[in-house]
Amino acid sequence: MADETLLSARGLTLHFGAIPALVDVDADLWPGEVLAVVGESGSGKSTLLNVLAGRMAPDAGAVWYRDPIGALHDVHAMPAPALRTLHRSDWGFVHQNPRENLRMAVTAGGNVGERLMARGSRHYGDIRAEAISWLRQVEIDAGRVDDFPRTFSGGMLQRLQIARTLVTHPRLVFMDEPTGGLDVSVQARLLDLIRTLVRRLGIAAVLVTHDLAVARLLAHRIMVMQRGRVVESGLTDRVLDDPKHEYTQLLVSSVLSA
Amino acid sequence: MTAPMISQADGYNFAYLDEQTKRMIRRSILKAVAVPGHQVPFGSREMPLPYGWGTGGIQVTAALLGTDDVLKVIDQGADDTTNAVSIRRFFARTAGIATTTRTAEATIIQTRHRIPETPLRADQIIVYQVPQPEPLSGLESSRTETSRMHGLADYGLMHVKLYEDITRYGHVSISYDYPVMVGGRYLMAPSPIPAFDNPKMDRMAALQLFGAGREKRIYAVPPYTEVRSLDFDDHPFRASRAPHTCNLCGADDSYLDEVVTDDKGGRMFVCSDTDHCEERRDGR
Repeated sequence: MADETLLSARGLTLHFGAIPALVDVDADLWPGEVLAVVGESGSGKSTLLNVLAGRMAPDAGAVWYRDPIGALHDVHAMPAPALRTLHRSDWGFVHQNPRENLRMAVTAGGNVGERLMARGSRHYGDIRAEAISWLRQVEIDAGRVDDFPRTFSGGMLQRLQIARTLVTHPRLVFMDEPTGGLDVSVQARLLDLIRTLVRRLGIAAVLVTHDLAVARLLAHRIMVMQRGRVVESGLTDRVLDDPKHEYTQLLVSSVLSA
Repeated sequence: MTAPMISQADGYNFAYLDEQTKRMIRRSILKAVAVPGHQVPFGSREMPLPYGWGTGGIQVTAALLGTDDVLKVIDQGADDTTNAVSIRRFFARTAGIATTTRTAEATIIQTRHRIPETPLRADQIIVYQVPQPEPLSGLESSRTETSRMHGLADYGLMHVKLYEDITRYGHVSISYDYPVMVGGRYLMAPSPIPAFDNPKMDRMAALQLFGAGREKRIYAVPPYTEVRSLDFDDHPFRASRAPHTCNLCGADDSYLDEVVTDDKGGRMFVCSDTDHCEERRDGR
């Protein structure tokens, strides 16, 4: 089983007009592994994430997902209902801005419970208990279960989004700059939380970030992108300690050390 | 108490609408019956009454009427309110058909906000006037998105609304237009009937048709189709009514209206279904 990938992409190519967003990108993700995609703004990271998650169709190439019983699915050839089911059960998507994912007019408990209800849970008490348990796991006081997200701080909103995403125990989570826009101490706490949860639950994740420190802390493997191409990939420590490609060398050397 | 015959007006086609329009509406009705609970678009016409007064229901009725049909029209349960009287007269004038206020005598019943207390039979059709056919309208404003949700049977959002109600009020606070699942597939707005009437829709012997004129949608529940009100296992659906008996007929199981009788706080509860109330009083 260990040599079977959870998600594989081959030859992904996507152009926005004359701009190459993805050029012949291959990617593999194994169960329980965290893969970081790094690069500067406009390098195609977020586009790659959206294509891998089936939210955006490539011009060429394919993405394959292996479901829990071992069957392979071509993500972009799947019928819409099947992809939707995947997105609300087996997969999760964490946005940079939690407001894009959360329902701001619905209580924290309702936000966490939505995926459970979409999956067919019909017991109010159980849904509520599960929501409270998940709020605790993301270090939000259980007493806030009936509060609206608009009363939450930025860091809490991001943790609430993570609880809402993980409540159905997804096997694969896509994260788009999950710590973006948060101040440094909140970032550190959030990273620590993500790392703990991902390890404990054995979740595989594709993590898009421009912050090499985030990649170093969370990722097993790393892919470096520049102008839509993967210029270097490998184990995180290898790539960051001994960068081969000159663009990676530039990225690593441009990190400010405190 | 069949209404006195009103002479048919000259210059109108039978039942006001022209035959091509009636065919178009019948096609939508057939499609709606084939896919229970699914909203079918139709080319809604201008009718000689304002939107919100039953333009959808009146078009469906016009498409259904035959010369030997007997029509009953209810508004909030009553046969004698402006809307009910006007629509009954309208079809008496333009179709020359017989009208009635007795539920048991009618072949077609057009209704606004109520289902008669008398159980309907397989040879009857009930036509609901619908202001808003989309049950998800208050939760998701995009029509594109709601049709996608219907297509994928993605109704978690509706349950979030129920969850929020129980969290805030301890019970589901929707008292009318209470959302239902039709045949275990489509989420449907039952039109603004009280939640009390929802159980009557389940496996009803009569064909149920819904017409929304302004929103240009027709949908249907075929006879003997399962209609289930949304709920939670630990907060089951309850059909609530005012905890009183009717001051006129003494019924303790019918849906009641509260009527203010003076300016000193005097009030009484009476059956909202006037025909049901009269029959009970006549029978006593």
